[in-house]
Amino acid sequence: MADNQLAAIWVYLSASPLLGLTVTLLAYGIAYRLYMHFNANPLLNPVATSVAMLICLLLITDTPYQAYFEGGQFVHFLLGPATVALAVPLYKQWAKLKKLWLPLTITLLCGVVIGALSSVGLARLLHAGLQTQLSLAPKSVTAPVAMGISEKIGGLPSLTAVFVVATGILGAVLGNKIFALMRINDDSIRGFAMGITAHGIGTARAFQISPEMGAFSGLAMALSTFTTAFILPWLLGLLGFF
Amino acid sequence: MGFINGITLLLIYQLVGEASVLLLDIPVPGPVVGMLLLFTTLLLRGGGGEQLESTATLLLNNLSLLFIPAGVGMLVHLDLIAAEWLPILLTLILSTLITLSATAAILWLTNRMLTRRS
Repeated sequence: MADNQLAAIWVYLSASPLLGLTVTLLAYGIAYRLYMHFNANPLLNPVATSVAMLICLLLITDTPYQAYFEGGQFVHFLLGPATVALAVPLYKQWAKLKKLWLPLTITLLCGVVIGALSSVGLARLLHAGLQTQLSLAPKSVTAPVAMGISEKIGGLPSLTAVFVVATGILGAVLGNKIFALMRINDDSIRGFAMGITAHGIGTARAFQISPEMGAFSGLAMALSTFTTAFILPWLLGLLGFF
Repeated sequence: MGFINGITLLLIYQLVGEASVLLLDIPVPGPVVGMLLLFTTLLLRGGGGEQLESTATLLLNNLSLLFIPAGVGMLVHLDLIAAEWLPILLTLILSTLITLSATAAILWLTNRMLTRRS
């Protein structure tokens, strides 16, 4: 009888958004404390550990993603206003932006092409299937745009979303190590490279380092979103992909 | 009230962004257009005030949290990823390394060349 009641409560809760939302916030709370406990070690990136925890939880409880997303969507929704909010730190860097516009434009165009070609080229070299190659192509831009581009060029949009998140996490984890190796310690350069490569997740990491790095990362993310959306389909067409 | 005012303003810009994307048929997401519109407004007005600033800071300080539900979507493709995990993993790591270092190097170089000239 008690078992039946428990099952009934579970059925009710797993169908309501409350559970998905609460476990998302709980997972992030745990992941963030873990990250801070180990002195912000980038290997413990809070997005990566939260996602891992939640996937395990959903697999163990046999909960479909759609049921989880009923609650997760409330957090997901805030990505929109957060993207708009990037204008605020960007405005504060206006003086520096004006001074750097030409190097930034050159870097933007090169970065978008290098990002797309390196992913398609490597995937092809390593014998990934054509659909995987195409799904990897737009992985450096923010998820909603990447999914749109992926659909346009013949990839699988939802698979692209996974690659986008993975790339963001990798960029956030590897970024500062690479910049330190290259002895680049200018936050505007580090931020811009981070934003072109690792979109919003890289930008989130950049904001933890300094507001200037965050602002330049946010700028790079916005500009590369526009550039990639216009250039990538044309570039892949030129290379004979479709 | 500060947070409510701030988030309302951000949502209005997002809404205008989404509407212009639909009307003009541009292949970028509405929030990105909204961000550029807000940026233009801030330039024209010379700043956005304390309420907008504190709301923006609150959202951006917790930006990582907002990507979690999309990341959990990996669950749907576990089989597909398992079948090609090695090329996928290598491509993701190497391409991220290449893009990060190439863009940082290009910006560093062009910046030095152009500032030296002036």
